[in-house]
Amino acid sequence: MKTLYDKLWNGHVVHAESDDPNGMVILYIDRHLVHEVTSPQAFENLKLSGRRPWRTDSILAVADHNVPTTDRSSGISDPISRLQVETLSQNCEEFAITEFKMDDERQGIVHVIGPEQGATLPGMTVVCGDSHTSTHGAFACLAFGIGTSEVEHVLATQCLVARKSKTMLVKVEGNLGQGVTAKDIALAIIGEIGTAGGTGHAIEFAGNAIRSLSMEGRMTLCNMAIEAGARAGMIGVDDVTINYIKGRPFAPRKDLWDRAVTYWRTLKSDEDAVFDHIVELKAENIKPQVTWGTSPEMVTTIDGYVPDPADISDPIKRHNIEHALEYMGLKPGTPIQDIALDKIFIGSCTNSRIEDLRAAAEIVKGKRIAPNIKLAMVVPGSGLVKSMAETEGLDRIFQAAGFEWREPGCSMCLAMNDDKLLPGERCASTSNRNFEGRQGPGGRTHLVSPSMAAAAAISGHFVDVRSFAH
Amino acid sequence: MKKFEQLRGIVAPLDRANIDTDAIIPKQFLKSIKRSGFGQNLFDEWRYLDYGEPGKDAASRQLNPDFILNQSRYQGAKILVTRDNFGCGSSREHAPWALQDYGFAVIIAPSFADIFYNNCFKIGLLPIVLESPVVDRLIRDALTVDGYQLEINLEAQTVMALSGETYWFEVDHFRKHCLLNGLDEIGLTLQHADRIRKFEINRRNEQPWLFL
Repeated sequence: MKTLYDKLWNGHVVHAESDDPNGMVILYIDRHLVHEVTSPQAFENLKLSGRRPWRTDSILAVADHNVPTTDRSSGISDPISRLQVETLSQNCEEFAITEFKMDDERQGIVHVIGPEQGATLPGMTVVCGDSHTSTHGAFACLAFGIGTSEVEHVLATQCLVARKSKTMLVKVEGNLGQGVTAKDIALAIIGEIGTAGGTGHAIEFAGNAIRSLSMEGRMTLCNMAIEAGARAGMIGVDDVTINYIKGRPFAPRKDLWDRAVTYWRTLKSDEDAVFDHIVELKAENIKPQVTWGTSPEMVTTIDGYVPDPADISDPIKRHNIEHALEYMGLKPGTPIQDIALDKIFIGSCTNSRIEDLRAAAEIVKGKRIAPNIKLAMVVPGSGLVKSMAETEGLDRIFQAAGFEWREPGCSMCLAMNDDKLLPGERCASTSNRNFEGRQGPGGRTHLVSPSMAAAAAISGHFVDVRSFAH
Repeated sequence: MKKFEQLRGIVAPLDRANIDTDAIIPKQFLKSIKRSGFGQNLFDEWRYLDYGEPGKDAASRQLNPDFILNQSRYQGAKILVTRDNFGCGSSREHAPWALQDYGFAVIIAPSFADIFYNNCFKIGLLPIVLESPVVDRLIRDALTVDGYQLEINLEAQTVMALSGETYWFEVDHFRKHCLLNGLDEIGLTLQHADRIRKFEINRRNEQPWLFL
């Protein structure tokens, strides 16, 4: 009668402060992923308090937010960014923590490299000072983002003080149409339940449309759980999960592998498990999605229109839409396909894995980006994704089409490095947030799937990838 | 962590839903390796007309006269009243740091994003959930009554207007205890170090692949 979340939660409770099932517990953490932005103050406080990391072999560190995606041979030019990245390295050296440095081929976005290395395994609790830690739930992990005080807490105690969430089942049954991806499922769900729809909940994604997704697709979906307000998203184990993990550097081998697989197979919700909320979507009804506003819930389909605030009766919602349209420079009633773009960004912890790059490359192969596109860039999620793509010739396809082929990192998803939009510039982006200023001050972000971003690059405006000539 | 004492202060209204942590503290300020000094860049893109960068002297910058927190009547505000889903988006604790460094001690909203809500308690900033109609009233009063104040009593879990109207709020018992006493949560967890070690040994036996 247990949900996957119940199983994961119960398996990690070290101590319950009270008999209250909704009370605070001490929860054990198996894997702690660390990056440069949210960790320096945690390490500093840890040291000031005279404490040391509890279990360094649980930690994997990488710099991803600040790193340049252009030539790295001369290091990071911005002194403040450089100091932050160097601080991470110093902390890792001091405590003998495994870190993939900028010149290491394994370096990349923390939520890409964890699974890629097999450092994310089913049944784990995975935390990181980063909200997109929900990504790792694709492996039947309880994975969620934490703040810097909690980073310090996990460093010092290998535990967190936490409270059980409610559960939400999001079931997607049926067959996805051609050209419709995990990103479109994620945006359709957020469009349905809103960015606060999952607040206080852990979401489990289920149904045969979810089962049909690759691990890359499942990671995209769980990655976006936080944009629906849920700290954690997860998917039960099946053959797809196990086949992905096999042979990865941190994965168990031989006898241990067999033992692990036997256990991992139990990591799914029981047939009769009860959820606090259930949301159901039909895969056939999901079309390619495009956001038009400044919140991921401000989303419509590629054949849709920019909404008219005059049609909205709720005054707060109306006000929000007016505000968003003003920021986005869009007029009510504009067909989504008429929106012209300035820049294209293919990357981020949502969509920078090999499958994403293959899907985008298939669209741009043998074509050129439209003359109005000032910059189209592909930023692979890790050095290993980059080299695999190069082996497959994807870099040459992108470059021949006019795309820039960059080094791995978070890049223009949050624009902490030099990759950013200028005020007023409009971007089709495969990232996860279209907040004001997210990709640069005054920048205008439209969230889409990799193939939709690729098709927009070729057309110069949004276009329905389902009817886009191959 | 600083103890949360009883508090009375000026209320600043921010009448907008879904305010994300990128708006609260834009990413360029996250390059700092310090925990302090974020207050001058709180709501940076709304508060100033020029583009803010780390190290830029706030005194030399152009304030946006249309941004509500810049109005003289809200200077020194300790309580922020805002709308649903405040603090959505990134997990950056820099957002509560910036709010606290600016001078806020309490944030009132009908709902908060999970990670933000959790982060606030870790630094002694109190997020209070009140029902939407109550928040409507507080925002209206803060907009119309000059020098509008509220009194917050964490022990009694109440928000009181000077007119005497009182609203009760919920807060987790453990979090309240930590805030009222300014407790170090890490120290509290380490009191269970033996339990953690025992748990870890069992785990190592049952799932040795987690310890490779």
